[in-house]
Amino acid sequence: MLRTRPYLLTGLALLILSGVSIFIGVGQLSLGTVWHDPAALQLLWISRIPRTLAALLVGSSIAVAGVIMQLLVRNRFVEPGTTGTSEAAMLGLLAVTILAPGWPIMAKMIVAACASLIGIAGFFALIRKLPPDQPLMIPLVGLIYGGILGAAATFIAFQADLIQYLGVWMSGEFSGVLAGRYELLWLAGGLAVLAYLAADQFTVAGLGQKASLSLGLRYGQVLTLGVVTVALVSSLVIVTVGILPFIGLVVPNIVSRLMGDNLRQTLPVVAGMGAGFVLLSDIIGRVARYPYEIPAGTVFGVLGAVVFLWLLLRKPHA
Amino acid sequence: MIDISGVSYAIGKAQILKDVSLHIPCGQITALIGPNGAGKSTLLNLMSGQEPLQTGTVSVDALHIGQTRPRDLALKMAVVAQHVGVASRLRVRDLISFGRWPHNQGRPTAADHTMIAQALDRFDLNALADRFLDEVSGGQRQRAFVAMAYAQDTDWLLLDEPLNNLDLRHASRLMAELHRLAREQDKSIVIVLHDLNYAVAWADHVVAMKNGALAFEGATQKVTNAENLSALYDTDVRLVQTEDEVFVAHHR
Amino acid sequence: MPDRWFLILLGALVAASALFLTWGLSTRIWFILELRLVKLAGLITVGIAVGIATMLFQTLSGNRILTPAIMGFDALFLLVQTSLVFFIGGFGFVQLPGPVVFGINTAVMMVAAVTLFGALLHNNRRDIQLMILVGVIFGLLFRSLTSFMQRLIDPSEFAIVQGTMFAQFGGINRVELLTSVCLLLPLLVWIWRQCPVLDTMALGRDPARSLGVPYDGLQFRLLCAIAALVSIATALVGPITFLGLLVSSLTYSLMRSHRHALLLPTSAAMAALILVFGQTVFEQVLDLQSTLSIVIEFAGGLLFLFLLARGKLQ
Repeated sequence: MLRTRPYLLTGLALLILSGVSIFIGVGQLSLGTVWHDPAALQLLWISRIPRTLAALLVGSSIAVAGVIMQLLVRNRFVEPGTTGTSEAAMLGLLAVTILAPGWPIMAKMIVAACASLIGIAGFFALIRKLPPDQPLMIPLVGLIYGGILGAAATFIAFQADLIQYLGVWMSGEFSGVLAGRYELLWLAGGLAVLAYLAADQFTVAGLGQKASLSLGLRYGQVLTLGVVTVALVSSLVIVTVGILPFIGLVVPNIVSRLMGDNLRQTLPVVAGMGAGFVLLSDIIGRVARYPYEIPAGTVFGVLGAVVFLWLLLRKPHA
Repeated sequence: MIDISGVSYAIGKAQILKDVSLHIPCGQITALIGPNGAGKSTLLNLMSGQEPLQTGTVSVDALHIGQTRPRDLALKMAVVAQHVGVASRLRVRDLISFGRWPHNQGRPTAADHTMIAQALDRFDLNALADRFLDEVSGGQRQRAFVAMAYAQDTDWLLLDEPLNNLDLRHASRLMAELHRLAREQDKSIVIVLHDLNYAVAWADHVVAMKNGALAFEGATQKVTNAENLSALYDTDVRLVQTEDEVFVAHHR
Repeated sequence: MPDRWFLILLGALVAASALFLTWGLSTRIWFILELRLVKLAGLITVGIAVGIATMLFQTLSGNRILTPAIMGFDALFLLVQTSLVFFIGGFGFVQLPGPVVFGINTAVMMVAAVTLFGALLHNNRRDIQLMILVGVIFGLLFRSLTSFMQRLIDPSEFAIVQGTMFAQFGGINRVELLTSVCLLLPLLVWIWRQCPVLDTMALGRDPARSLGVPYDGLQFRLLCAIAALVSIATALVGPITFLGLLVSSLTYSLMRSHRHALLLPTSAAMAALILVFGQTVFEQVLDLQSTLSIVIEFAGGLLFLFLLARGKLQ
């Protein structure tokens, strides 16, 4: 059947990209040597495979978080990065780094997640006042709201001499990913799977509060589930690799163009395409200025902005 | 029967509904009529539990609004809202199949598929089934939402101005379909209508609202007379009787 | 017929400048005074540039939320500067005299701004929200591209230019200041003479054209002027996203006039006042370094959301 094609294509692209990702880098690695060269094998297990997995996990979970957010807000142009969610998580992370630097990473992550929950709540409170006939106002308010939170974070970091930390969180990159340093991301991947189990609920919620109530959906519950998922994913990603802007925006928009919004069908493609884009950005970042590396977040900042502008400006076809 | 008793509703300082009490009969089409801002939509939203009640109670058959699980309520009544703006890109067929969601919670059975096919048929949507909602016209989208409520297959069906955006043919067909549902399947239908001609032609029962209060109610033939309607709309309204139909004239 | 509010603002600006120059002045008076005078001149120049650029842009785009900074002009300047380093190399960049670099930057910036924003204004002026969003995304794109190119530049070369590329309130460069003032003064004269025609342009493209205003040609020249003004401000102190918005909304709420002969000087004075007063408070009273721009971001953003919540931005 025709509808299986997107899944096959996504899967194939991911396989190819993963293969490329595993064999590209400063250290030499080739298919011929890896099986009997212990050093190469070690490189594979400690760096290349974790790095590839991290990019896949991050890309898929962020894209899924983006699509959930878009359905819940009922607006095409929101994602954790355009709603202050990432900045709020950063503020939380900053606070815990200053106040309790000794806490384990898991505890820090939870604080960041709580902060980003508060951030999302603030965003929802703000957009409630917006007229429903001006959909682009929502991302604009979100961006400015994020800007304010970001300015606050910069100010605090400046006073506490933590600007460098902020720089690390702000630019998502995978060069620091090694075995033992990325495993938290499996949680993000798990959340994406969880979201798939609730795919129908999110689709119904996307019809609006009234329509979902009329279908007997516990709207509040679904909203909470979605918001918590988004907050957790954003914080997990920031803690491990840093902010990757636009993924959650661009990928769901492309998939929605091609396949619509019935999450039961599209969520796997959203996750796969997100993973593919992040991995591709990471690969480009590794080869563009070899042997230096460009953060994947920067690469996708360019790629994603161009694609997004195209989405916004292309002439609507009849 | 829907039993509304002592319902008042205010948004800020504006009193939208003032102590409304009434019964809406089963197995009939009830038309909610009245001038703009009379509180028709608010009343409908309170009946369906879409807005929380402030004072008063509403019960649908034996279910008390506000104390019933959402899913149980969704199995009892389906609602078609007035403005059906949808941001998400769903196909018409997908939308209608979500009408079965209260029954199957996302695991469709053969019976569900039959019901969906029937809904597509009844509302003339087969040709549009695989189109996205944002690629069909306003009237077609409206029909898709009505078809979704139909697929929900509930005892009660509440519709807020479903004829908006519909052309003549589809408006009449929709009313005829609702009539058939009431007659053949003993469904109870509450419908907010602006065009009095449709109300007079199809409704069994009329509830008229004005300024947030009940103006009059009763069987259509009894209460829809020139005097009542003129007072309701503060405009000269005449009833014109032809051989087998009654027309409401108010255009001049 | 100067307006009352304009005179009050001007008075406040003079007072703030005096405070800025004399606060805590005890030892090495002449040395410190000279340093502060340069800085003061820089702040006032930036204020004038930002205030007027914002007003002009809002007249062109026909609304009061868009500012050059929100639309990504600042980010574009940084991108142009980085591309220059990228193409002529870090060593070449450092050897070029300051005014030449500034001139090239400004020229490229004008071409880019007129091309990008001219097309955008032309095609989408009716859909303001779309324009805002596109502008914001442009800004993000320019920033990402800038940091992308910075990574492409050889790190050792990049270190050489980093100091000269990223200006701050703290260190205003004298040569740049002089160049800026030389560019600013003729620009101001030209803009001042456009005031009456700007009033008609504020009616919108079609009404203005039916009144005989050569709208498109003027829009082109005004975009060039805006690009030059933004170049001046950004070259001196770096990007400040929300200053323009803060200034324009305050100006409109004070003035209740549509006449550019009043609006332009007031917003220039307002912007200069905010910068000088803010810098006095932050640097000299609170003893905080280089955080004024962050605070302006914060306060400007809050103001924006406040205006939004009050339903003032439609």
